[in-house]
Amino acid sequence: MESGQLLIILATAIASATPLVFACIGETLTERAGVINLSAEGTIMLCAMVGFVAAKTADNVWLGFLAAAIVGALIALVVAYGAITLKQSQIAIGFVLALLCSDLSAYLGNPYVRIPGPTVPPRFPMPVLQDIPFIGPLFFREGDILVYAGYALIVVAWFYFYRTRGGLTLRAIGEQPAAAFARGHNVIALRYAYTLIGGALMGIAGAAFSLDFKAGWSYRHTAGYGWIALAIVIFGGWNPLRAALGAYLFGVLQSLAGVAQSAIPDVPTQVFTVAPFVLMILALVLTSGDWLDRLLSYLPVNVRRSLARAIHTAPPAALGRPFEQD
Amino acid sequence: MEGTAAPQTMNPPAPIAGLPPTVYRIGAFVISLILVALVIFISGASPATVIGRMVGGAFGTADQIGRVIATLSPLLLCAAGLVYTFNAGLYNLGVEGQITFGAIAATWTLRLLYPEGATASLLPPPAAIALAILVGGVGGIAWGLLAGALHVYGRISEIFAGLGLNFAATGIAIYLIFGPWKRPGVASLSGTQPFDESLWLGTFGRTEATPVALALGLIALIITIVVMRNTYFGLRLRAVGRNLRAAYVLGVPARRQLLSAFLICGLFAGVAGALQVVGVFHRLIPNISSNLGFLGLLVVMLVNFDPLWILPVAFFFSALNIGSLQLPLSLGLESSLSGVIQGLLVLFALLGRGLAQKYGRKPEG
Repeated sequence: MESGQLLIILATAIASATPLVFACIGETLTERAGVINLSAEGTIMLCAMVGFVAAKTADNVWLGFLAAAIVGALIALVVAYGAITLKQSQIAIGFVLALLCSDLSAYLGNPYVRIPGPTVPPRFPMPVLQDIPFIGPLFFREGDILVYAGYALIVVAWFYFYRTRGGLTLRAIGEQPAAAFARGHNVIALRYAYTLIGGALMGIAGAAFSLDFKAGWSYRHTAGYGWIALAIVIFGGWNPLRAALGAYLFGVLQSLAGVAQSAIPDVPTQVFTVAPFVLMILALVLTSGDWLDRLLSYLPVNVRRSLARAIHTAPPAALGRPFEQD
Repeated sequence: MEGTAAPQTMNPPAPIAGLPPTVYRIGAFVISLILVALVIFISGASPATVIGRMVGGAFGTADQIGRVIATLSPLLLCAAGLVYTFNAGLYNLGVEGQITFGAIAATWTLRLLYPEGATASLLPPPAAIALAILVGGVGGIAWGLLAGALHVYGRISEIFAGLGLNFAATGIAIYLIFGPWKRPGVASLSGTQPFDESLWLGTFGRTEATPVALALGLIALIITIVVMRNTYFGLRLRAVGRNLRAAYVLGVPARRQLLSAFLICGLFAGVAGALQVVGVFHRLIPNISSNLGFLGLLVVMLVNFDPLWILPVAFFFSALNIGSLQLPLSLGLESSLSGVIQGLLVLFALLGRGLAQKYGRKPEG
């Protein structure tokens, strides 16, 4: 494989993974606060439809993104109300919403299937940055404003999580809600807020598909991406930086599947469309099981420690559990 | 009310706040119906017309009733299987993959028994069909146990182990349909070459409903009701589901119990997949599971994991699915309205349950 070809594969991967970056960071935020929003699959699908329809109706892409973000937050509000206030199973409510919203997208979006609509306006190549060898064409060649927004989101999320007081509180309400409450934080209100923000980011992810990266809308337009986002959050160990890396890795797998398609003619092309999903879940399986510990135990102690630290991650301790204020 | 501490002594009587719990549940149900009407309105149709067409579409002709029953049979199997995993505290989202792999195993069996170019099946057709259903069940077990092993020994959330295996099963089905099992000449999403008619499961008259599938669905349901209500196994399963650690400490073999739940659910789902092959499609198609596994999850959530109520709810859901197929033809609406109705009903049942628990009048005493 030529280096030029590799560069194209990687640049494509970064672009196609950008909506996933929004979804994964949104879900990471939600789960760090102690709530699982399992509706991702339906949220992304419905918001892809809503974003497209709103942008088409108003003839304004940014209103499309706004509408998608609002709908994403509203779906998250249902999850938050059911899970936090009513203390019902987050998994059950999220799963029902995943199915409900994807069917809703098909039903309400029916008149908008496969028609042209507005897309994110022209490219913004970065003046100086795009001339840096390798880095330039890799990260800035496409010049898509959403790709830049993805980079910015990663940096902001990382900084917020690990360098601000708000981030510290966020992590606390997912790990030790009782302690955070004792220190005067309103755990319930904060969990609501982070779940809504996470939902809005997932909504933006949906609109990013239908208004930019897979422009247009059709039924099951974003099929599978919500489940993958949920898996990537675990793969990323509830860390926004690693989750974003996971999303880009998934993009690379998809690009490679596209290449493999032409390289291995014996295997039917349709198989490659599911391959990245299978591989991603396999990666999850391989990095979180008991067998990893057993494998690591054959390595020298110091190597083992740093490897285990790098691979092993634990979910927020209070993830999925309602908080009893009294 | 919220924030009110539980009464410490018996005498100040707990303030009778809130209404009887059933009021909240009925209220939630009514809201879900209003939302359904609203969704229909938004799409520019009249709820009365839509519901009329759906009822007509489900029960208008013998053929349509037959289709409702043909959908009901595998749905009963999946829902019955999911009762075990739900009661064990597992969200088995892998049931779709178990249906698919069961269907693949059944197709494989029939292809072996009736190789291309042969003029008759190697076994008498009834035996061949029975064997295919059996092997389909084994395929479902294999796929279910795989998810179970990943969960029990790999500490993977059963949700992701199951979803991963769903993707994998779909991948295998697509590979087979476009690769080794492709139709002579054309390989397409429409599936493999249909089986010889001698290998089709017999139907009620000229409808799509097959007595064997219906009987298997009902048998699975009855077994499930008996097991969950009257056996030690069912009791232990519930104990594991309520509190895994406590059950383990009290001597319940928790791992074996969890794996058994995956095994039984896989068996039922695999049989459902085999029935889709021999009874409905007569070939392997990429979407052989037809979302019946996810629909089964909704059914079991709506009945709150109690198998006694599965039959009426599953029948209602099947009728919705078949009735909605009329919508694109007569009103130009998407048939996914049935999914919207089912989803809203289940969502509001969950919310209503929560409201009743939180605000409902507590039993006195």
